[in-house]
Amino acid sequence: MTTQVQMSAEDKALAYPSPLKEFWQGFSYNKGAVMGLVFLAVVVVAALFAPWVAPYNPIDQYRDFMLTPPSWADGGTAKFLLGTDEIGRDMLSRLIYGARLSLLIGLSAVLSSLIPGIILGLLAAFYPKVLGPLIMRVMDVMMALPSLLLAIAIVAILGPSMLNTIIAISVVSLPGYVRLVRASAMTELNRDYVTAARVAGAGTLRLMFVTVLPNCMAPLIVHATMSFSSAILDAAALGFLGMGVQPPSAEWGAMLSSARDYIERAWWVVSWPGLTILLSVLAINLIGDGLRDALDPKLKRAA
Amino acid sequence: MRDAKKVLLAASLLAAASYASASGTLIYCSEGSPAGFDPGQYTAGTDFDASAETVFNRLVQFQRGATKVVPGLATKWDVSSDGLSYTFHLRSGVKFHSNDSFKPTRDFNADDVVFTFDRMLNKDNAFRKAYPTDFPYFSDMGMPDNIVKVEKVDPMTVRFQLKTVDASFLADLAMSFASIQSAEYADKLLKDGHPEWINSQPIGTGPFVFKRYQKDAQIRFVANKQYWDKAEGPKVDNLIFAITTDPSVRFQKLKAGECQVAAYPRPADVALMKADPKLHVLTQSGFNVGYLGYNVLHKPLNNLQVRQALDMSINKPAILTAVYQGQGQPAVNPMPPTQWSYNKSVKDAKFDPTKAKALLTKAGFPNGFDITLWAMPVQRPYNPNAKLMAEMIQSDWAKIGVRAKIVTYEWGEYLKRAKGGEHDAILVGWTGDNGDPDNWLNVLLGCEAVNGNNYTKWCYKPFNDLVIKGKSTANVAERTKLYTQAQVIAKQQLPLTTIAHSTVNEPTAKNVVGFKVSPFGLNSFYGVSVK
Amino acid sequence: MFSFILRRLWLLVPSILGITLLTFGLIRMIPGDPVEVMVGERTLDPALHAAALHRLGLDKPLYLQYLDYAGSLLHGNLGQSLVTRVNVWDEFTTLFPATLELAISAMLFAVVVGLLAGVVAAIKRGSLFDHGVMGLSLTGFSMPIFWLGLLLIMLFSVRLGWTPVSGRIDLAFDIPVRTGLMTVDAWLAEHNDPANFAGAFKDALAHLILPSIALGTIPMAVIARMTRSSMLEVLREDYVRTARAKGLSPARVIFIHTLRNALIPVLTVVGLQVGTLMGGAVLTETIFSWPGIGKWLIDAIQRRDYPVVQNGILMVALLVILVNFIVDILYGIANPRIRHAK
Repeated sequence: MTTQVQMSAEDKALAYPSPLKEFWQGFSYNKGAVMGLVFLAVVVVAALFAPWVAPYNPIDQYRDFMLTPPSWADGGTAKFLLGTDEIGRDMLSRLIYGARLSLLIGLSAVLSSLIPGIILGLLAAFYPKVLGPLIMRVMDVMMALPSLLLAIAIVAILGPSMLNTIIAISVVSLPGYVRLVRASAMTELNRDYVTAARVAGAGTLRLMFVTVLPNCMAPLIVHATMSFSSAILDAAALGFLGMGVQPPSAEWGAMLSSARDYIERAWWVVSWPGLTILLSVLAINLIGDGLRDALDPKLKRAA
Repeated sequence: MRDAKKVLLAASLLAAASYASASGTLIYCSEGSPAGFDPGQYTAGTDFDASAETVFNRLVQFQRGATKVVPGLATKWDVSSDGLSYTFHLRSGVKFHSNDSFKPTRDFNADDVVFTFDRMLNKDNAFRKAYPTDFPYFSDMGMPDNIVKVEKVDPMTVRFQLKTVDASFLADLAMSFASIQSAEYADKLLKDGHPEWINSQPIGTGPFVFKRYQKDAQIRFVANKQYWDKAEGPKVDNLIFAITTDPSVRFQKLKAGECQVAAYPRPADVALMKADPKLHVLTQSGFNVGYLGYNVLHKPLNNLQVRQALDMSINKPAILTAVYQGQGQPAVNPMPPTQWSYNKSVKDAKFDPTKAKALLTKAGFPNGFDITLWAMPVQRPYNPNAKLMAEMIQSDWAKIGVRAKIVTYEWGEYLKRAKGGEHDAILVGWTGDNGDPDNWLNVLLGCEAVNGNNYTKWCYKPFNDLVIKGKSTANVAERTKLYTQAQVIAKQQLPLTTIAHSTVNEPTAKNVVGFKVSPFGLNSFYGVSVK
Repeated sequence: MFSFILRRLWLLVPSILGITLLTFGLIRMIPGDPVEVMVGERTLDPALHAAALHRLGLDKPLYLQYLDYAGSLLHGNLGQSLVTRVNVWDEFTTLFPATLELAISAMLFAVVVGLLAGVVAAIKRGSLFDHGVMGLSLTGFSMPIFWLGLLLIMLFSVRLGWTPVSGRIDLAFDIPVRTGLMTVDAWLAEHNDPANFAGAFKDALAHLILPSIALGTIPMAVIARMTRSSMLEVLREDYVRTARAKGLSPARVIFIHTLRNALIPVLTVVGLQVGTLMGGAVLTETIFSWPGIGKWLIDAIQRRDYPVVQNGILMVALLVILVNFIVDILYGIANPRIRHAK
């Protein structure tokens, strides 16, 4: 899909496999990426169909079963597979519903920083005289503040809630996108095909979004995947500091934060949310690695 | 040269001596950094533990581990027959501490008392002008309005003149904010141009001498060898506050022997602490109340039947188990059972969701209604986890059709908005200041407080009359009668649902002797030794 | 070289100005009232409240507050904390060494372990070791470090009792503050007075281990991956092949010819990780009760202590800028093409 423009300029006599197939070959070569994809698919399915998959409502309190251990441990019951939390809510159901929140936060944060990031990055690349440096200075300022601190300050201003978590995370990850888009657009701008399009009379908007942008997509997709995982981590960190999604919603970081009180008594309330965060983020990062290999071998260099 | 050698030798001997008795070191895992060491400026226990309870004394003091007022820097006092004049006879031979920059030339006397109170009363006090501060606790207790003057009768006698009779005045003077500062030290600071040192290099008469403070790390004190009270004096040579904000880390440190006393354990850990053979847990029923206030100015909470329905649908025992982890007792009245004049005959309504539903229907809400339920963002002594409590109440109310939305703000913002009356129902609470019933009933439910601590905004004349009368009556039996009656009215009208009095637990290592839990939530280490 | 440095320095000016505006603006937008927080549940007399706000200069119009702020910054005055009434600069200088010590030690852990693992993985490309390192580093990269910190305490301090739980040193040692770096101070104390401070240095080191691992895990993972890929890149270059063909020993080829060039991108990563490290310090310091600036800033945000938040964040931002500046210069020294580019 992304290579079509270049292909038309090259020798068509060479039989290329379809881009999608080529992509899949590259991707599936990486076993880790496939494993990550499978795990993520399971999480996504569980999240989408949470009301049918989860054994209980995540906010129903079974007050006769407070802090029940997982079913296989001493004192556990088959009713609650992974045990219950401090007021008798089913851990498994909370984790499944939590997946909804974490994925939603991650996805919304990525989209709401990707789109302004693309626009600002392209503007910075196309207007290198005044607007470009101005945008880049502002981004530098934002980059100088440690992202977690900035996110905390933003949440402190807006008040803790899911929407504000998304806003904070997307603001914090904006500079990364702007820099990336600008850098790759600047390289593309010097290419012949852009000059050709310009000479052919393409307007600035067309140049930006139709000519240049598709050729910057490969690194952007990889970066978006990576920032999806870091958005989940950041949301969990905010939740852990008590500044994220508010109760009784089941968000993984917030679950971990309230579970901290029971770390001595009930290992399961601390272990499951942490493990779930770790595995989901790992899965997404594995997919990111696979995408990188598949989309552009040269990109392997970027960390 | 020889002298220099001698000094060196003496110094090294001294160092060796202080190290040799390092077994006399008590490390206390405290919950946070104090804001400063000038008790008058602050309101929080963390600040008082580090200054008022170590470095300072007051004219009268609370007996350690009790609410009884006993002599402190004043040995005795007389009250005039009209109850408006208090004369204090001061203790002689009390020495102030010294540090690198200050060596006292005289003993404690009336000038120090006059200075301490003049600074808080008089906006033109020279020291206050050089180092402007507010005295929020002092003014919250109504002192600036009620004290007409504080005068020195002779070097060892001080007289306080009041405007109106205040039954709790003596107890107020025992509170941390009334700690006695040194007038001589203040003069020196003023002369040297460092008045702010009063807040960072405290000088007092108390059992421990302040040595060094490192923010977020430690506060070090040494014993005051010249302390006036031999029985209740310092029993360890070094007292160290290891500042450890996380409760589970405090527990770990206590277990690892890195400290001997730990502040504010999490209720969930108490059972484990009790089971630990190396630890000893001191327990006292708390001098506090956590409650749910109903804003009676908001519809439909102005309706008594609605309040009754909400009240009887809350499952208190479940809250005590989950939120307090059993470390609390159900609260019936807005003051704890250890407070004199507590009314034992008042009873809670029975937990009964069915009846609650019927009451709501009768009140015109067969389908329930929407309501905001405010939950504090912080852990307080009277409520270890307000968010969790709110979640439980939310779920209880859902069963009678009331849809509660949990609301929370940053702590300062929360209090400010609550004082402004933006909430419907609010989780909040109170810790007793001075052991007087007025400090609960009037402060939390009196008409005077509707723009302040009375978060229910409930101003009910029959109740208020009783409470006002109680404050200006000196006779304890008479007052008891008035307050007992006031509690009955509060239960009938239900401006609040009292939830719990949390139990105060203080875990110590087995070798700590003589530690007592303060009903006011303070931590004092005089009279405490380490075996 | 000199003009290169000047050029870079000049670029910093608008950034710093922007940061002061941003921190000032951010803090004023946070709702809440420092006076209310200080008073707690107690009532606050409105007149007293107004007087307190006036004393703190919070009743002026915003632009005047900013001008006051900028003016005092130019005089090198960072103002006083509203809560403790201590100079912000003094608080910063007492707390910063703790963060610095933790950051250096975490970075050291990250660089040493990350480099070694990366180099060996690159040399033994495709081996089990390589896969193991890459898998582990990706796991480290995906780790919620607040959870890792809790697990480390549970395992090493509580279950096994190998390391202390929290703090910087056993408080039985009354270490005199000289540098603020506890390891250095403890070493000095032990050196000068071996009788009283026996074992102090070792104790200080022991306190540093777990927080450093928690904080250093993510940078370590990044560095390991970066080193591996940049080593692989360089190993393919012609000059390396030439060096090998000349018959130089493999060790020499790797350490003299390859590693040096592979280090350049790694250096950039180290610079970039400083910001991450400062963010991670917030979480690590909270978990390990480490008296540094991360915890200080979180507390200050919660107490609405304006001067501390805005100047504390400013200091951190300046630090990040400074480190990146130094990395830039080092980069310029290592790579003449960058130095001479306009």
